[in-house]
Amino acid sequence: MNDMSVSRDVDTGEIKMRARGVEVFYGDTHAIKSVDVDIEDKTVTAFIGPSGCGKSTFLRCLNRMNDTIDVARVKGEITLDGEDIYDPKVDPVQLRAKVGMVFQKPNPFPKSIYDNVAYGPRIHGLSTSKGELDEIVEKSLRRAALWDEAKDRLQEPGTGLSGGQQQRLCIARAVATNPEVLLMDEPCSALDPIATAQVEELIDELRTRYSVVIVTHSMQQAARVSQKTAFFHLGELVEYGETGKIFTNPDDSRTESYITGRIG
Amino acid sequence: MSVTTEGGAPEPRRTSLLELDARTRRRNRSEARFRAYGLAAVTVAVMALVLLLVSILSNGLSSFRQTFVSFPITLDADVLDPSGNRNPEEMQSVLTFSYGPLVQQAFVDHVAALGIETDLPASALGDMISDQAPAQLRAAVLSNPAMVGETIDLQLLANGRVDGVFKGRVTMESAERDALISPEQLILAEQLRAEGSIITRFNWDFITAPDASGQRPEAAGLGVAIMGSFYMMLVVLAFALPIGVAASIYLEEFAPKNRLTDLIEVNISNLAAVPSIVFGILGLAIFINFAGLPQSAPIVGGLVLTLMTLPTIIIATRASLRAVPPSIREAALGIGASKMQSVFHHVLPLAAPGILTGTIIGLAQALGETAPLLLIGMVAFVREYPAAPLDGLFDPASALPVQVYSWTQRSDPAFVERASGAIIVLLVFLIFMNAMAVLLRRRFERRW
Repeated sequence: MNDMSVSRDVDTGEIKMRARGVEVFYGDTHAIKSVDVDIEDKTVTAFIGPSGCGKSTFLRCLNRMNDTIDVARVKGEITLDGEDIYDPKVDPVQLRAKVGMVFQKPNPFPKSIYDNVAYGPRIHGLSTSKGELDEIVEKSLRRAALWDEAKDRLQEPGTGLSGGQQQRLCIARAVATNPEVLLMDEPCSALDPIATAQVEELIDELRTRYSVVIVTHSMQQAARVSQKTAFFHLGELVEYGETGKIFTNPDDSRTESYITGRIG
Repeated sequence: MSVTTEGGAPEPRRTSLLELDARTRRRNRSEARFRAYGLAAVTVAVMALVLLLVSILSNGLSSFRQTFVSFPITLDADVLDPSGNRNPEEMQSVLTFSYGPLVQQAFVDHVAALGIETDLPASALGDMISDQAPAQLRAAVLSNPAMVGETIDLQLLANGRVDGVFKGRVTMESAERDALISPEQLILAEQLRAEGSIITRFNWDFITAPDASGQRPEAAGLGVAIMGSFYMMLVVLAFALPIGVAASIYLEEFAPKNRLTDLIEVNISNLAAVPSIVFGILGLAIFINFAGLPQSAPIVGGLVLTLMTLPTIIIATRASLRAVPPSIREAALGIGASKMQSVFHHVLPLAAPGILTGTIIGLAQALGETAPLLLIGMVAFVREYPAAPLDGLFDPASALPVQVYSWTQRSDPAFVERASGAIIVLLVFLIFMNAMAVLLRRRFERRW
């Protein structure tokens, strides 16, 4: 074991999401080739791989964000708690309330901090009174480690926060709807090291309640925050396993080349 | 000796930074030339604008002032109220025609009382007062029948030629050749002005009164045209904004991208380039001949202008929807908002300033549009004010640009001044609307 891997109690709990034979096409481009992944509950799963390898594309399959792209087609089966999320009966809107997402670039709504967080609970009817909503907002901001900085300026626009604060606001917004799975698409790529450390700490805390899937370019980050790691290369899932194992003793030579910096 | 290895970088040239090489000088010269061209272009544009404004203002500002003749008139009860009971309804039966001699006689007496010697016959003196004056007097009497039998001081419109004397339009030389005014009348007018019986003052009637016939330019006003234009703008706003915005949102956010939507898109852009007179023919054929809507009515004009404005609004709205960053849509979808919620809660508010600006610019365009209105009969001579909406939308009315057009068609030179005045009013409305667009946009943008 090298020092990059932090020993953590890996909660090998139940499988939250299961992907079988997932293929994604963008028009004629075959972006994802037959990916099988099991995402465990209360676990941080990291997707790593070089640019354009399909890790973000696969992440967006998990809450059907690819539906919004006209030319994208998804084949195969993805289940959430055993239910096929691509079943014709599934409304992606309901799915996305259960599978929240945080994007690469902080994208707060151009509304107040309060309204940013309260928006999800409002549209999903999670609160019956103003007091209840206030509580959800406070809890979500606390969970995103933003409460202390934001509590006195809840009515100020969310776009006025710093980059790191904005990203934490987006995380607060995502957790406010009480999702079961949280997808994070390179959440720290636009942040400085201090903000990155805060967000990483946050991810580790979120693990106690949610299943977190994070796409990252930084192998150090994957090693720091995740329990499971999946390595994607050219649209294929090359290797998937315990983070410690992937970073110290990978099975596939391509994984080893990547984590040692020879391809990427 | 230069030591260049094969395939390596060539030796750097050693030149002084303190002197410009030929290439830099050439580049600087061409940049200076380009700046000069740009400056020249801007200067030409500004000059043209200034020239336009100066010519319109110098021609048109005088139309807001009007010459009035003031003198005492004895309201003969025997003529104006034969039954003698001061009942305005019975007094209605005394026509404007009977007021004419009264006005003329009072004016002749007034000139004599001032001690001004003149060889002009009574009829020539009466001609110096507007044909509109008896009607003015009648309206005053009917609104206050108690005046009958008394002698009152009244300001009555002077004839358009007399008005022209004090606006520099009529001179001694032109009066000699003019059948409508003689040099003697001109001299008398100058004398009366010196006595204070002829005054020139601001004339609200130019803005509020209806149009008048070609013989009495002094009485012509913009009231009906302004109301007609206003009603049409209401119709355009009520139809074009919701239809345009709904169509844009659907096309931009919901419609699948296929051949059909491509075709629609191309045609909307084409529609924006269709000459406006074509829309007039369309309006004539569909709204008047087919649907049977009345001619000269603001509703028809408004519908035609709606068709014309729609492409402008759709294009502006789509552009501002497209300008909303996709990350906002993703953020909304990512927390489980439906497509419609993401559009109405997040995208539309962000696009609102752009939509508003596009709408107001479209409205301003419609306000100044003339050609299609000519074809649907808005160029008619209308003296009756349209009723209040919604019924009034079906009453005949004129429109500001059409009023300008019809005044420029009339022979009396006094209408040149009127037309320029109408253009000033139109420009004021346009400036007001554009200023509103800028203000609203600023205000909305600050919120986000």
